[in-house]
Amino acid sequence: MLSIKNLHATVEGKEILRGVDLEIGAGEVHAIMGPNGSGKSTLGHVLTGRAGYDVTAGEVSFMGQDLLALEPEERALAGLFLAFQYPVEIPGVSNMEFLKTAVDEMRKYRELEALDSVSFMKLAREVCQRVSLDQSFLKRGINEGFSGGEKKRNELMQMMLLEPHLCILDETDSGLDIDALQVVASCVNAMRDGKRSFLLITHYQRLLDFIEPDYVHVLGGGRIVRSGDKSLALELEEHGYAWLENEAVQ
Amino acid sequence: MSDFITEALRLAPSEAPDWLSEQRQRGWSSWKSSKMPTRKTEDWKYTRLKALEQGAYLGRAERQKPSSPTLTTLREQLQVPGLDARMLVFVNGFYSPELSNTESTDGMDVVHFSEADETQVDTIRTHLGTVADSDKYMFAALSDSWLDDGVFVHVKSDSKVITPLHIVWLTVPQQEAFSLSQRLLVVMEPGSEATVVEHFASDGSQQNSFTNGVTELVLDANASLCHYRLHLEEEHALHIGGVHARLERDARLNSFHLGLGSTLKRLDVAVRHEGEGAHCDLNGIYLPQHHQHIDYHTCIEHIRPHCTSREAFRGIISDNARAVFNGRIHIHPDAQKTAAELSNKNLLTSDKAEVDTKPELEIYADDVKCAHGATVAQLDEYALYYLRSRGIARDDAQVMLSTGFINELINNLQHAPLGEYLKPLLGRLFAQQVTQAEGTD
Repeated sequence: MLSIKNLHATVEGKEILRGVDLEIGAGEVHAIMGPNGSGKSTLGHVLTGRAGYDVTAGEVSFMGQDLLALEPEERALAGLFLAFQYPVEIPGVSNMEFLKTAVDEMRKYRELEALDSVSFMKLAREVCQRVSLDQSFLKRGINEGFSGGEKKRNELMQMMLLEPHLCILDETDSGLDIDALQVVASCVNAMRDGKRSFLLITHYQRLLDFIEPDYVHVLGGGRIVRSGDKSLALELEEHGYAWLENEAVQ
Repeated sequence: MSDFITEALRLAPSEAPDWLSEQRQRGWSSWKSSKMPTRKTEDWKYTRLKALEQGAYLGRAERQKPSSPTLTTLREQLQVPGLDARMLVFVNGFYSPELSNTESTDGMDVVHFSEADETQVDTIRTHLGTVADSDKYMFAALSDSWLDDGVFVHVKSDSKVITPLHIVWLTVPQQEAFSLSQRLLVVMEPGSEATVVEHFASDGSQQNSFTNGVTELVLDANASLCHYRLHLEEEHALHIGGVHARLERDARLNSFHLGLGSTLKRLDVAVRHEGEGAHCDLNGIYLPQHHQHIDYHTCIEHIRPHCTSREAFRGIISDNARAVFNGRIHIHPDAQKTAAELSNKNLLTSDKAEVDTKPELEIYADDVKCAHGATVAQLDEYALYYLRSRGIARDDAQVMLSTGFINELINNLQHAPLGEYLKPLLGRLFAQQVTQAEGTD
């Protein structure tokens, strides 16, 4: 599904990614861990095409397409989704209007019939309930005055409505209490259908107790310095990242 | 004396009611002795009157053929669905009974100055020209000197008038460029309530009019007025106008302004709190594009204690357009316990767009609460990216952000049908801007 080869990227002239290689197959769940500043979030934004995150070398192919040649909206329509670590507040644009526009665009791209307002409302309410958000959040401005946890739930709601092929969750677990964490896990697990893939960017092993990954990678100094199965996450939890970084330097 | 000053005097009416002559005379002398503002005139620092001086708007407004098919279609478009208003339509300054809906409203008299009865003439004479200060506002003096008619709205004591009054000032082009005068006087007796919508519009073609508008609002004790002034004219229609309000004890004014840009558009909004406990909400949106210009000068005078005012203006300036916002709050020595807020936010959607914003606070009382702020920003790239990452095209995302920026004010309008009427109109405007900007890339 996603194939990253020797990806180098700079942000404001500073090289953050220094040769990332990663293969994600259909239906797989990958976790990327790593210390602060190792380039985890940068990887997410480079994949979704944020301006100012410049790729200086490498290739990324997503479902057979050259991902890096696409605009952010084209990447989204192709089925790539990033749950933001810091979702943006946009007062004055209702969440409902935003979700409807996004879903309309996606259905148009997938050559599906547009949903009428009533069917969409029904769907949105269901998803809202699924992520344990009160329905009043649909009427409010996008993320306007939402708490950190509510913003993350709103990201999940978008993910569920857009039904992407690859979901990248950028520290969606950060700052969440255990109940909210379980909501995240149950949404992700419910969406695992053997075809859809996930890339979980996280600091903590905790999330992986609820979402079992097929592979765990450690990002250090802009490269993947170690890959393994879920036991790698436990190892990291026990020993921290320091030993790996030493290894990377050697 | 500058050419425009002299030329404008020639447009003074040949026929007008006698009882207005005194005021006309005063306006005449005041206008004659005034000077055209220059860059050094503080109140006009960023707004040049070149378009007015060079445009030779010397024709007189002419009465148009009643209810031509175009006008009838236009009327349909000007009607606000769901507002259920009493609608008065003026075409190039002339009242059009054919396009108006003349049903009367209980508790509210609406008459033309020229048709006022004796009692009404007395009330008009008591108030007309007492709110708009023609010494301070030179174009109010010009309006006085052109005074031959106007609309008088009289709301009786303790009348709660639910049906809004919707006044449409429509312009259509004439053979030669022309000037016209718009004059409205609203007198709210004690304890009365009403809604007045002033709506400026034009037919689809390129306009050649200059409108000099003066609206005076008198709110007696405990009166409450919801007032809208919508400037949706075509961009070649010039407008210099003023809304002047006087609030007596515990009176409440809610005034909303919307202005599309024009070759020249200048609007003064002046509110005087002259009785204790008066309150005013003053909100507005300005949206100049292309090479348009728009200038809002607002001034709230707190003269008596315990008055409050809340003011928020937002502007989106695109292409090569320019906006000016000057928000003045003047708190007089006697106005203790005043609470006044002023906020002005601007969004520039192009590198060549420009705004000059200046909040001005002048405070002579020591026990007051005052807050003011002004911001100028560009479209938030991160927010654009967020929307695009959900599959929304850049153009649409841009329209969404612009809409969101002003929706906060539109969503709070007291009359929701007006918001619903304006939203698609503004949505089309933003969508057009985006496509045009692309064309010039």
